[in-house]
Amino acid sequence: MSAIALKGLSVTLGGADVVVSVSAEVAAGEWIALIGPNGAGKSTLLRAAAGLIPYRGSLRLGGDEVSRLGRGELARRLALVPQAPLLPPEMRVADYVLLGRTAHIGIFSNEGRTDLSATRRALERLDLLDLADRRLQTLSGGEQQRAVLARALAQDAPVLLLDEPTTSLDIGRQQQVFELVAQLREHGALTVLCAMHDLTLAAQYADRLLLLSCGHLVAAGPPAEIATEELIAAHYGASVRVVGAGNDLAVIPVRL
Amino acid sequence: MSVLSREPGARGGLIEAPSALRAKLPLLSALAFLLVAMLVGLFVGPADIGPGAIVRSALSHVPLLHVHSNLSATDSAILWQLRAPRVVLGLLVGGMLALAGGSYQGAFRNPLVDPYLLGVAAGAGLGATLAIAYGGGAVDSFDLLPLAAFAGAGLAVVLAWLLGTSAGGSRSPATLVLAGVTVVAFLTAIQTFVQQQHAQSLQEVYSWILGRLGTAGWHDVALVTPYIAVSCIVLLMHRRLLDVLAVGDEEATTLGMNVRRARMTVVVFATIGTAAAVAVSGLIGFVGIIVPHAVRLAIGSSYRVVLPMSLLCGGGFLVLADVLARTVISPAELPIGVVTAFFGAPFFAVVLRTSGSFR
Repeated sequence: MSAIALKGLSVTLGGADVVVSVSAEVAAGEWIALIGPNGAGKSTLLRAAAGLIPYRGSLRLGGDEVSRLGRGELARRLALVPQAPLLPPEMRVADYVLLGRTAHIGIFSNEGRTDLSATRRALERLDLLDLADRRLQTLSGGEQQRAVLARALAQDAPVLLLDEPTTSLDIGRQQQVFELVAQLREHGALTVLCAMHDLTLAAQYADRLLLLSCGHLVAAGPPAEIATEELIAAHYGASVRVVGAGNDLAVIPVRL
Repeated sequence: MSVLSREPGARGGLIEAPSALRAKLPLLSALAFLLVAMLVGLFVGPADIGPGAIVRSALSHVPLLHVHSNLSATDSAILWQLRAPRVVLGLLVGGMLALAGGSYQGAFRNPLVDPYLLGVAAGAGLGATLAIAYGGGAVDSFDLLPLAAFAGAGLAVVLAWLLGTSAGGSRSPATLVLAGVTVVAFLTAIQTFVQQQHAQSLQEVYSWILGRLGTAGWHDVALVTPYIAVSCIVLLMHRRLLDVLAVGDEEATTLGMNVRRARMTVVVFATIGTAAAVAVSGLIGFVGIIVPHAVRLAIGSSYRVVLPMSLLCGGGFLVLADVLARTVISPAELPIGVVTAFFGAPFFAVVLRTSGSFR
């Protein structure tokens, strides 16, 4: 059974059709990069999958319709790293990562041993143990991004949604984040659905690319078939040269 | 100190594991502050009753201890029928206002809101003014004043809530805040009008608005305890969820929290508790803002600590404020709201300056 299955998924926001009849399947353990120009509907699709906005059509998570899953159940199955997470400046890193356990802790009970060890594991995996006692506001941009990832990881959900997780990071930090996600996948069958702007990184890390344009899914397949000069010109309006092959290709902008 | 330090067997070196005592230190100090405040509240007054006699008299009420009080019947009555209920009422009202303030601040993710945000004070003020102006002799005989204040407070918040949600407030707490401002302005206008029309009741209304701790003995305590107790329990149960809410409604939702339900529950119970406190004490300002903030500045912003600490410190603070209110110009009394603001504001200024990191 596929981890995520979309069938005729449409989302209308404020009267505008933002996602239009998208159908796609994501296998368990797969890394899918959602690509497409600004306003193509990438974030909206992720938000619908996270149960944040109503949708039409079908959006199944491990066989169950997202709209029928309770808040807690959904959070145990899927973690979302938002584009611009709101970081409470005074909160300590360990307490922030512990928030990822919310859906595992009874509403009125306190965190148990499992929650604390999941928190510690997430801190360890993202190399944050030394920063556990620091306040979020004292971290650098890259460290903050790692804290957000650690929180998502502490959720212990088999599906990880990332909404342009590296927008504000330099090229080295971007690479680190994606390497981390790649490493996390090695520990278990983590399914990753990630909206990305950098096509070179998308091609390097993802198993398949889904190209969205104006809300429609216009192409899907292995990186080499999707990150092509023709498709990029048609949907991004960009003039680029694609060099390399397979997963090791680079998309280079060409001056007009 | 982070949450991980509570993990049993946390490896030392990377995260220091403080002793259990150190982790509980803030709460223990707050408890000590509360006890001292209570003792001071029982001790200070025109009748000279020493702390030793107070403790002996208190112990004499405990069965099986066989301690004999050496207080005269009059002193004993002053202690247990006049001072004690007033101290307990101070604890209940101060703790409730501080806890409600902290809870509102968490629910609205806004450090500047106080428990009167959604119109509790304005509604209670209107209710009390109407009771004083039109109630006649019934004001004293049937608890009409607290009932009217409580009803007015409830009505005001329901109005603010209806207005706020009909304008989209369930999605954005800011709309609810604006609805509160609107309701407050409207009810205050009516209250001022009624007050002006009944100039003879001006003094009584004014003294109610400035707040005072009741002198009705245990009666007022019995009147508000059920509401305050239930509110405190529900609010304290939500302290972890208020921390989750700090990451914003949307992220809290993806973490598995029912944001709307939690916010509504917190607001409803903070309001019930505040309305009950206001009904017997009038409008005591400042406690709901200053106490949670002082706690936050002293020990950090997690609501898991801020809420229980606010409850304890708020109670102690108001008892001490009341001691000042009844001693500074003794035998007359200052309105307690004047004391909370007069001594609270400079104290807050000091906390603000020494912490230097107010946000």
